[in-house]
Amino acid sequence: MLQDRDRIFTNLYGLQSPDLAAAKMRGNWDGTKFLLEKGRDWIIDEMKKSGLRGRGGAGFPTGMKWSFMPKQSDGRPSYLVVNADESEPGTCKDREIMRHDPHLLIEGCLIASFAMNANAAYIYIRGEYVAERYALQKAIDEAYEARLIGQDNIHGFPFELYLHHGAGAYICGEETALLESLEGKKGMPRLKPPFPANMGLYGCPTTVNNVESIAVAGTILRRGASWFSAIGRPNNVGTKLFCVSGHVEKPCNVEEAMGLTFRELIDTHCGGIRGGWDNLLAVIPGGSSVPCVPAHEIMDAYMDFDTLRNLKSGLGTAAVIVMDKSTDIVRAITRISYFYKHESCGQCTPCREGTGWMWRVLTRMSEGRAQRREIDMLLEVSTQIEGHTICALGDAAAWPVQGLIRHFRHEIEKRIDDYAANPHSESVMLAAE
Amino acid sequence: MAKIIVDGVEVDVPPEFTLLQAAEAAGAEIPRFCFHERLSIAGNCRMCLVEVKGAPKPVASCAWGVRDCRPGPNGEPPEILTKSSTVKKAREGVMEFLLINHPLDCPICDQGGQCDLQDQAMAYGVDTSRYHENKRAVPDKYLGPLIKTSMNRCIHCTRCIRFTTEVAGVEDLGAIWRGEDMEITSYLEKALGSELQSNAADLCPVGALTHKPEAFHYRPWELSKTDSVDVMDAVGSSIRVDSRGREVMRILPRVNEAVNEEWITDKARHIVDGLRLQRLDRPFVRVDGRLQVATWPQAFAAIAERVKGTHRNKIGAIAGDLASVEDLFALKSLMTALGVANIDARQDGSQMSPAHGRASYLFNATIAGIEEADAILIVGSNPRIEASLVNVRIRKRWRMAPPPIALIGERVDLTYPYAYLGAGAETLADVAAGRHSFLDTLKGAKRPLIIVGPGAYAGANGLAVLSLAAQLAVTVGAVSDEWNGFSVLHTAASRVGALDLGFVPGEGALSAREMADGAVEVLFNLGADEVDIAPGAFVIYQGTHGDRGAHRADVILPGATYTEKSGTYVNTEGRVQMANRAAFAPGDAREDWAILRALSDVLGHRLPFDSLAALRQRLYAEHPHFAAIDSIAPSDGAAGLNALAALGGSPGREAFTSPVKDFYLTNPIARSSQVMAECSALARNLRLEAAE
Repeated sequence: MLQDRDRIFTNLYGLQSPDLAAAKMRGNWDGTKFLLEKGRDWIIDEMKKSGLRGRGGAGFPTGMKWSFMPKQSDGRPSYLVVNADESEPGTCKDREIMRHDPHLLIEGCLIASFAMNANAAYIYIRGEYVAERYALQKAIDEAYEARLIGQDNIHGFPFELYLHHGAGAYICGEETALLESLEGKKGMPRLKPPFPANMGLYGCPTTVNNVESIAVAGTILRRGASWFSAIGRPNNVGTKLFCVSGHVEKPCNVEEAMGLTFRELIDTHCGGIRGGWDNLLAVIPGGSSVPCVPAHEIMDAYMDFDTLRNLKSGLGTAAVIVMDKSTDIVRAITRISYFYKHESCGQCTPCREGTGWMWRVLTRMSEGRAQRREIDMLLEVSTQIEGHTICALGDAAAWPVQGLIRHFRHEIEKRIDDYAANPHSESVMLAAE
Repeated sequence: MAKIIVDGVEVDVPPEFTLLQAAEAAGAEIPRFCFHERLSIAGNCRMCLVEVKGAPKPVASCAWGVRDCRPGPNGEPPEILTKSSTVKKAREGVMEFLLINHPLDCPICDQGGQCDLQDQAMAYGVDTSRYHENKRAVPDKYLGPLIKTSMNRCIHCTRCIRFTTEVAGVEDLGAIWRGEDMEITSYLEKALGSELQSNAADLCPVGALTHKPEAFHYRPWELSKTDSVDVMDAVGSSIRVDSRGREVMRILPRVNEAVNEEWITDKARHIVDGLRLQRLDRPFVRVDGRLQVATWPQAFAAIAERVKGTHRNKIGAIAGDLASVEDLFALKSLMTALGVANIDARQDGSQMSPAHGRASYLFNATIAGIEEADAILIVGSNPRIEASLVNVRIRKRWRMAPPPIALIGERVDLTYPYAYLGAGAETLADVAAGRHSFLDTLKGAKRPLIIVGPGAYAGANGLAVLSLAAQLAVTVGAVSDEWNGFSVLHTAASRVGALDLGFVPGEGALSAREMADGAVEVLFNLGADEVDIAPGAFVIYQGTHGDRGAHRADVILPGATYTEKSGTYVNTEGRVQMANRAAFAPGDAREDWAILRALSDVLGHRLPFDSLAALRQRLYAEHPHFAAIDSIAPSDGAAGLNALAALGGSPGREAFTSPVKDFYLTNPIARSSQVMAECSALARNLRLEAAE
């Protein structure tokens, strides 16, 4: 279990004020100038050494991502874009940061921008986060006021920070769709390559990072890479915000060390599973887009990137959705499938057409109104989407369905058989419709 | 050059090539829907997926560059597979997705037989569907009189959006909603405001956008295809005329990189019904003030009677905008035989003349050359309606890297931004005299382009304005051995051919305007419908449609349109092109050269050719450059322009106005077309709305 002294987000629950004075008391903005004076290379090197992996879901090493940015400008400016479009169902970690610890984020923006020689950074915040927008804007204004950021700030690095709010499309959390949206266009993912580090916002080198990845940067640098990398398990180090929701006694957001087990996480912070551990059915460990893991596999699994990948799932955003045996798992996945159908941008064929197909088949299956052979067909349709699309939304739509079929095929079959065994008379409306 | 292995075949391609291009270079065929050579890359149909060795998933070959591929572990060239089972499976998957919401109404779809989806479904589709849900239904959209929509069939490739935005330069089409609810539409279903919109229907790989005027008229396999050239403007777009029996059913663009790339204007495409309506199919003679049907001998006799009693100085001939070089040659030969010097093909009143050298009236920079220009001055022209495809080239040049573009004339929307210098000749004089900074821009450019349009040269002081423009061109160094930026933009398909032929009044003879104003007693009118002929003269009208010329005629000789005869046309660049016969003229109408040959016999001056081949033999003997089809004969360049520049004269103070008032109604064929009339009315209303 993580010691209190190792916590980065010390005001996660909003017990203290989020404003600048209180944030400074908690150690934010402490010696930031000193960190910047150590130079760009030191910062990037330290971030690499810390072993921080991106907190947005893909787990790409943050330091390495920063190092892709051009060292020498070819005349174009560089940009940092912070992805605060936190729309993944189950995920609510960035929300808490922006509400209660906004100065960690702002300080992180300054440090990251300095490391990438970006004199401007944009925070793209989800449209539904209205209160968070106000809270964050207030904090940004405070930082300008205190000359922590801005053209002529005390850190000697001219830096502008803009807060932009989206219009509520899930796809705008995809980094290139986010850039398109930020440029004022329809939020549709771009083709890669070119990658944003070469051609990002307004055609300039850009790095897009998750809020949490940026917010932890200041503390990591202050306390040293070795401190951060000593927490957790090899290759999966540091602390992480877990958002536990669903059928636990006390759903919560909690900062924990990577690599604690699922059982520890639930028992320590959430008061256990509703109805006891025997009542656990399955867990979606990383936000709605990763496949679910059945109870026996997840119970004592480490909650980190590699372990969960080996379970054919993923840590994703560490949004742990716990489902006990009262859950209708087929309907649950159907609902997730509807979400992806609803949020598909419609740009490329497999996702546009396939998400609707999967949702419709699943809708029937959740009632049992289907054929057993359609289960395999559904699985094939999901593989036809997976890996064939421009962005990862196609994958995200396919994985939950694949997880369902992998672990709960018997459940679907049972439902189909029950339906076939109890043929309710179809209402005549069908013909009249 | 970069090496890449495609299906085991190693090819050397430029590193900027995409995998799709590299595969084609290696002879592998890649299916595609959204990709189009002349549009930006969308990469959204996912049909062109290929397998790249070492990449975790298949990549879209239309968007992935050869330089983006990583070499093999031992430095061997990157390898792609276009026929592997992964690729086949991926494409079959995409095809299945495309078809699940496609209505499969091929039997009633106008795209049937020319449909990319149909063709590719033969290769990648399966015979049954696994999709048992309800198909998506999308309301059809109104996009104007030219494009018919059936949006259920749309596969969201966005070619139409990219075409209208990028090539046509109007942001009228777009997509609303997202996911499977995405719909292509114009804003509030407003009609598209582009003169090139029909090309979007050509680009549509399925039957979602089809040509409204042609709906349900034909199946593509019923048509016989004839390569030809368009005569609606002086660009001379390459077209294919498709006919069924005696009737022309449709006109399509042909690829010609030098002229029209693969676009044509809506006018070039949709005047098809104009070829059918209002046609003159029998000779007429005016008896007691009324035109009455006559036979050919009666008509010829009536002409002979008048011609014989008239002095040769009181006879004249005006040729119209659609006449082919052969027609003009026959008419000129006849007039020469009669001793008549009053001949003119410039019914717009311009004073251009072969006397000033060929370079003085050609679009010397060539249309493809626009892409090399690095500063553009447009004088007295609205290229968007006078020569839409020239405007497309300028826009293409502007999209590559915006050069300085300036305009003197009417302030109009050209689909790209330009600096507006002024309204008329005064401004041109200011620029030429260095009282305007744009002179320095032109001087600083390596390849300055000066486009002189009809608004400038067809006015009362046209020749002086033309001379002034030539002076400017010479001053800024637009004329050298490898580049001639002095470019005259014509609007009439026949004009350059006529000037090449010398179809202009001889020394002291009458111009078209003087003849029309009553200076002659017998006027031979070869399809000139844009002039008002004063009462008095005996007018012989040889033409195709019951238009203005026919109403003022005393004898009507029914001729053939450009789709009904083989004829040579010279476009504004001086490019000699041949139109071919796709159908026969209706009724008693004949090919124009043959009418003139028959008439010459009656007039007692038999022309020395009995066939088109014989006519051409004489034509080529006198003017060898007409024999070089599809090429531009080198003009006299700098020397000619110096002579034109030396003419001088007073350019006056008048503002330049385009003679093309209505893009859709510029010639008798277009004025007979119902489709063009509808477009014209719509465009007028749109303009009114915009003005409100």
